[in-house]
Parts: sequence; structure tokens; C-alpha cells
Amino acid sequence: MENQNLTFYEELRGKGVSRRDFLKFCTTMAAFLGLEASGVSQIAKAFETKPRLPVIWFHFQECTCCSESFIRASHPIVADIVLNKISLDYQETLMAASGTAAEDAYKAVMAKYPGEYIVMVEGSIPTENEAYCCIGGRSALQILQEAVKNCKAVVAWGNCASAGCVQAAHPNPTGAKPVHKVISGKPVINVQGCPPIADVMAGVVVHLLTFDRIPQLDGMNRPKAFYSRRVHDTCYRRANFDAGLFVESFDDEGAKRGYCLYKMGCKGPVTYNSCGIIKWNDGVSYPIQSGHPCIGCSEEGFWDNGPFYQHLPEVAGFGIETTADNVGLGLGIATVAGMAAHAIVTNVRKHKEIVNEPEEGSKVKTPKV
Amino acid sequence: MAERIVIDPITRIEGHLRVEIEVKDGKITDAYSAGTMVRGIETILKGRDPRDAWAFVGRVCGVCTSTHSLTSVRTVENALGIAVPPNAELIRNLMANALYIQDHVVHFYQLHALDWVDVVSALKANPAEASKIAQSISPWPKSSVGYFTDIQKKFKTFVESGQLGIFANGYWGHKAYKLPPEVNLIAVAHYLEALEWQKELVKVHTIFGGKNPHPNYLVGGVPCSINIDEANAVNAERLAFVGQLFEDAKTFVDQVYIPDLLAVASFYKDWGAIGGGLTNYLSFGDFPSNGYDNPDSFKMPRGAILGRDLSKIHEVKPEDPEQIQEYINNSWYEYSGGKESGLHPWNGETKFNYTGPKPPYDHLDFSKQYSWVKTPRWKGHPMEVGPLARCLVGYASGRADYKEVIEGALKALDVPVAALFSTLGRTAARGLETKLTCGWALEFYQQLLANIKNGDSRTQNNVKWDPESWPKQARGIGMVEAPRGALSHFIVIEDKKIANYQLVVPTTWNASPRDAKGQRSAYEESLIGTPIADTKNPIEVLRTIHSFDPCLACAVHLYDENGTTIHEVKTY
Repeated sequence: MENQNLTFYEELRGKGVSRRDFLKFCTTMAAFLGLEASGVSQIAKAFETKPRLPVIWFHFQECTCCSESFIRASHPIVADIVLNKISLDYQETLMAASGTAAEDAYKAVMAKYPGEYIVMVEGSIPTENEAYCCIGGRSALQILQEAVKNCKAVVAWGNCASAGCVQAAHPNPTGAKPVHKVISGKPVINVQGCPPIADVMAGVVVHLLTFDRIPQLDGMNRPKAFYSRRVHDTCYRRANFDAGLFVESFDDEGAKRGYCLYKMGCKGPVTYNSCGIIKWNDGVSYPIQSGHPCIGCSEEGFWDNGPFYQHLPEVAGFGIETTADNVGLGLGIATVAGMAAHAIVTNVRKHKEIVNEPEEGSKVKTPKV
Repeated sequence: MAERIVIDPITRIEGHLRVEIEVKDGKITDAYSAGTMVRGIETILKGRDPRDAWAFVGRVCGVCTSTHSLTSVRTVENALGIAVPPNAELIRNLMANALYIQDHVVHFYQLHALDWVDVVSALKANPAEASKIAQSISPWPKSSVGYFTDIQKKFKTFVESGQLGIFANGYWGHKAYKLPPEVNLIAVAHYLEALEWQKELVKVHTIFGGKNPHPNYLVGGVPCSINIDEANAVNAERLAFVGQLFEDAKTFVDQVYIPDLLAVASFYKDWGAIGGGLTNYLSFGDFPSNGYDNPDSFKMPRGAILGRDLSKIHEVKPEDPEQIQEYINNSWYEYSGGKESGLHPWNGETKFNYTGPKPPYDHLDFSKQYSWVKTPRWKGHPMEVGPLARCLVGYASGRADYKEVIEGALKALDVPVAALFSTLGRTAARGLETKLTCGWALEFYQQLLANIKNGDSRTQNNVKWDPESWPKQARGIGMVEAPRGALSHFIVIEDKKIANYQLVVPTTWNASPRDAKGQRSAYEESLIGTPIADTKNPIEVLRTIHSFDPCLACAVHLYDENGTTIHEVKTY
């Protein structure tokens, strides 16, 4: 049976996927990963020659939104191929087997592929009392520590496994901890978000398969490819921020025109994620585009980072608050650190066009062009 | 002598569920269901801004994503006396409709089908015969001989690879599988199609709520604005997109889900007499067509049925402290008034007290507490909630649309009304209400268009947005019929902060341990008497448990700090 591990490409061909479609898939993934054109051939080569990667996917203290997000991967070939191609030998949401038959599946992987398999974790690990999360009579901690002993690397899906998420919010009653705090000696990739964007999850998997090593990570162990830009800097409403055009209350005239949500509590300026670039569910939209401020779900401790609708207080290294308020009230404009010079010029010009007639129920001034 | 069988983990569900059964002479004589994970979200909510609660409780479940958020905004609005604009009500309905349809289809194919469908048997099918059967039951275009030949070939390659992935260690070849290879092949094809399809309809959530899973909600309305003259808001293109998604969903349900459901059911009619369990059913009702304060306008009616007596609908008032109580006799909690009393959620207490075995363990001791799930009762009765309860309440209420789909299915399968009270009935009810939901969604969609056409584009009521406008103290209740059943949240607001937040969720009703009188809840009761052909491979248990569509993260959210540390964990 060991010799029958088909490569991705062989399986693709077996499933009737043409080489053209295969390369299209590789190009898409390369684009998501931010690779140069040569990256396409690297991905293609990996899929053609590498054996399937055994994966054990655990659920601990979680809500299964990561699994749900994963199966929403937007490119059809991702849903079909990556799901099968990584040889998902244990995944409680989808697997046919239950009980000991299910446990046998992951034990078999551990025995058969020492040093080869990847452990993927959805959910945090309770440490106040291990009985807060038990599967098959064993605690999450016992299961995880045994499984990672001989694994190649660990992928921590979502905010739960990366930072503890909602159950770790104050007062963290179960002592919920992320994966990297309860294991040691193995690389852990934190794929942040609640949940992570489906295509980001697929991108991380493809990276592991292609380059046979973990992707470049930032200081929070998040893959740089997807978490190196602030939502604020990649937001299509950024021009409204620069121009001082803000939503002042939900569904006001500004909201109907898609103005900046900063004053409604948007955490985009302190959140690193790909929402503005890749967007959600096949690029249909993302929270800000659909009128709700970013709640910062890819950041550690975002649940305790102030009420969601209170705009950013004095966050260290972030000094625009006064400016934004003043601009919104039409009192003046100051330069914002890091803003491009030409943008400032444009904004000052736009600002002059803001009329001073307040509309009923709204503080926003509508620009006359 | 009875044999004790443990099934843990129960897979293809949300969360962590353990079932232990006793089997004697090939039949289940006793059953215990235990929730084995806890997070403590209610405790975390204390002291927070009530307007933020939807996001916290939304994370109770990512499978029935959005349903707790909807319940939460209704709860806060009820407490503060906020009426949402009609468009917001319609958009919320559309998002809930989208969830129902997507969630039920995923349940049938991805979570439940493998209990009835032997995927390995599909390899033996004659594709020409499968094509003939498929074309005889549905006009769905993907039904040619070539299509099924291709699917079979792909699947064969997959199986021959030796790494079965998610299909590894299934009960393939079990004699309880009754479908002919050709029907198995059709089901396998549709398993794959459904997996592809399910990611489409959720785009309704993305359009209105920005993402899925976990779309955004807002107290007072919905966060998205409508402006048909603006690319930056819900405009004509976005609305047309929503309409198209629901049209496509209706086609998939009518031409794939429902024909498959009836075809599979026709081979398992014996399951129309197995797994009935409780005889009491509860529905809070949902999908308001004229404001949530007017339950008469609900597409799904509210009510309770006792003793399977379909001639009488009992009035349901969850805010009445005499109607709903939660018990903890067999759960790892304690009450200040003693373990025997029941508490209405507004007065709910949740002090934690783990008395189970230290992991690793082989068995739970069922003579003592054995679950993280509390035990809710309606007027002291254990109640089943979910699609079957809703269909029965709709049917018994004499609703024409319910009567039509239910009687149609009974006739197609040639089974009596009594067959509804079963595992098969539960699974069928889920499909039938999906069909109804598709129709309602298109109605709501047309209403939304008509409102906008008539000049009403409001989506938010900001009158009580500012906490300064709130009373010093307020309490509220919010109800939703979640895909898995009757869901209710209870809030007490004091000084603009959450003083108490309690959730009584569908799987708490269904999966809870016994109450003080020893009455079993739905899961446990439904397993009694079920035949088990092979105790090593108890697929029959999965059939009945999966027919409820368990969601354990939902059921187990209760916690209060009072535990002792039994194990110190070193960090790093």
C-alpha cells in the first residue's frame, strides 16, 4: 500500500483534470502566495512529483468554523483536490468512521509516517482542567502532545489554535491556550482569523506541499504572505479615510455611499490579514465592503481589545485618532504618518469641497463635485 | 448479559459527543449521551457591551454559523425595545434561509449520507443503469452514462490509491447497507456535487454580512446599507446575485436533494419504525413575514405537541418561568439551591463542578454526573426539537404548505403518518422543510425588492444605539429556530453592561442527560430498542444520532469558575 501513494498530479490526471486546468490551479495558488512567475513551475513540479502528505486534523475547543471555511475554498479544484490530495486521514467533521475506528485512523498515520505527517489543529487546549475537553476518554492535551511527538510540523488553524480566541477572552474560565503554548520542539504555523479565509488555508497547505518547508512567518508565527499587510492599508475604502469621509452612524448617508468605518470602531488599522486583497467566499465581499467595521479577528486577544463599536483608543504606535475626528467634523486636516505625499494634496483638495450643511441624523458632510 | 459499547468520538457532527450503549439480544436496552467539551462563553460575556454579544455567541457554532448572532441581536432588541426596519427583518430572514438550505444539504450529504450509502459498493455499479435511475427520478442534467462512468472511474482511482482519507475505516460492506450499487453511485456523485455546491449559497451571507463562516450582525438592523445608485452598497447587482443564488439553490434542492432523499428512504422504510424516542415536540417558530413581535406571521409556526397528539397545539411562552427550567442532576454543575431544583434561564446559575473521572478514562460512571450538557425541560417534559418537531407543529397547525409536502412524501413512500415519528421521519422532515424554505426565501426576496422599489431603503434603527438612551436595567429574550431546533437566549442588562447571559440551545434539549425523575432526553430515548446487527460496527447508532444533526459546541457553552486543578500544565 505504501508504494501506491499517487502524486497529486497523477491523481489529477486520473480524475480527468487536464494539464491546462492543473497549471491554472498552480497559477492561482502562486498568485495567492504572492510568488513570482517562477513559483508557478515550482508548485507544478511539486504536485507532479511529491507523494501525498498525510494529515491528522484535530478538533479541540472550537466551533468548527475553520473546517467550514476550509471546504469553502473558492477555486473548485482546491475543494476537490486539496481536500483529497493531502490525504486527510483523520478529520472528525468529514470522516466516515466513528469511535475506535476513527482513532485507529490517526494512530495508523502516526505509526506509518513518523516524521512525515502534518498535525493540523482547530481549537484551543484547556489547561485549567484537562477534563474540559476529552475525546475518546483522553484529554485534548494528551492527544495533542502524543500526536506532535513524531510529526513534521503543526498547522494551527484559526484564532483558537493560534491565540485561544473567544474562550481565552477574559476571564478565560477554562484556561484555554493556543497550540504553541502547550507543545515544544515543533514548528507551529498560526493561520489566523476567525475563521481564516478559505483561500489562505488552501495557500498554506499548498506552500507546505510545494516547498517542503514552512512558509516565512511574522513575529506572531503567521505566514507573511497573508498577514504582512494591514486591513486598513489594503482597504478599498482607504481613499475615504484619507479624504476624511466617515460613516457617523450605521445606515446614514455616508454608509450608503461606502465611506470609511473608522469611527464605527473599525479595527482595520491594527489588523493584519488578507481580507482586502483576497476577500471572502470567492472574492464576493469582506466585512468592511458589507458595511461592518473590521473586528480584528486575526489578532491575538481581539475579543478584549475594547468594545467593537468604540473607535480605536490610544493604541501604541497609532496616532491618527484626533486627526480622523477632526477631519470628520470638518475642522481641519493634519498629515497622517506614513501617508503618501500626493495623497495628502488630493485630500486637502477634496476636503475643501466638503459642504457644511449637516444632514438630518448624520454628521457626515456630502461632498459636492 | 448486556454488552457495553462506547462510541467516542461520534464523528460527522459539530463538537465532542460520546455515546455509550448497552446491548442485549441484539437490541439497545440503555443509552447515555455525554458532551465532553466546555468553553464558558456565558461567563466571558459578563460585563461586556450588549451590542457586542452577537459576535461572542456567534462563535458558539461555526456550522450553524450566524444563527446565534441572530438570536443575540433579537435578545438585545427585545430587552431594549428596538423594532428593526422591515428590510433588516427580510435580510435577516434571507440569511437564515440561506443557512437552512446550505446546512441541511451539507448534513444530508456530508454528515449523514455515509450512514446509508456504501461508497465502496458504488464501484460495482453499472453506470448505464445508474443513469437510467437518475433520469427516472429527476430532470437534473448531470445524469448521463458518461457522467456516472467518469465519477466511478475517479472514485476507483481514489480507492486504489490505498489512502482513503476521510473514507478510511468506514463500515463499508456492513449488511445494514441496503442500497443497490447504482443508487450508491448516484449518491457518491451527489456527495461530491454537494461539496462543490455548498460554498455557493453562503455567498448570501457574504453579500449582506461580509463573510462566511461568521457573518456580521448588528443590533437594530443589519450592517449593510441599501443604495441602488451606489457600487459601494447593496445595489441592483448585489440583489440580482442574491436572487440567482436562491434560484440555483431551489433547483439543487428540487432536483438533487429531494429526489435522493426519497430514493434512499424507499430502501430504508424499516427505519420509519425505529428511533422515534420521545413523544413530545417543541418549536419556537420563525421567519416572520410581518415583524418578529407577531408570531402569527411566522412561516414556521410556534407550539408544542405532547404525546404525539397532533390534534392539539400547546401554547409556548419561553419567558414564563413555569414553562422552561434547566436541571443539573446529571451534569457537572451545581446550584446554590441544590442539585434537584430547576431554574428558569433569567435566574440561571452555572457553577461548575467536575466530578467525572480524570482523563484518560475508559468509561464514565452513569450513576453520577456524566455530561457538560444541562437538562432543559418544558413544563417538566423532555422535548424533541429540530426539523421533525417543526414539521409536526406545522402539520398539526394545519398549515397548507406543510400539509402538501408532508402528505406528498408519505404518499411517495407509501408509509403512514406514524412513520414520521422515527429516525427516517427526522431525516425526511429536514429535507421537506428545506424545500419549504427555498420557497419562502424567494418570497422574502421579492418583498425586499418591492420595498426598495417603493422607496424604503432603511436597514438600521439607530434610536437606541447610544447606551445613554437605555434604561438602568432591562432583560430580554430572543428566540430563533436554528437548523437544529429551538434556540433561545436570555439577557439581563444592568448599567449598560451584560449582567447575565444564558443560552438554551437545540442540542441541549436533544443531547442532555437524564433529569431528576430519570426521564431520558431525545438522543438517549431514541436509541432504546434499536437493533444492533454487529456490536463491533454499530452503524445503527450513528443513523439515529446523526438524524438529529448534533451540534455539541452549541450544547456545551455553560461554565462558571469553581473547579479544582487536577493537573498542572507547563507552558513552553
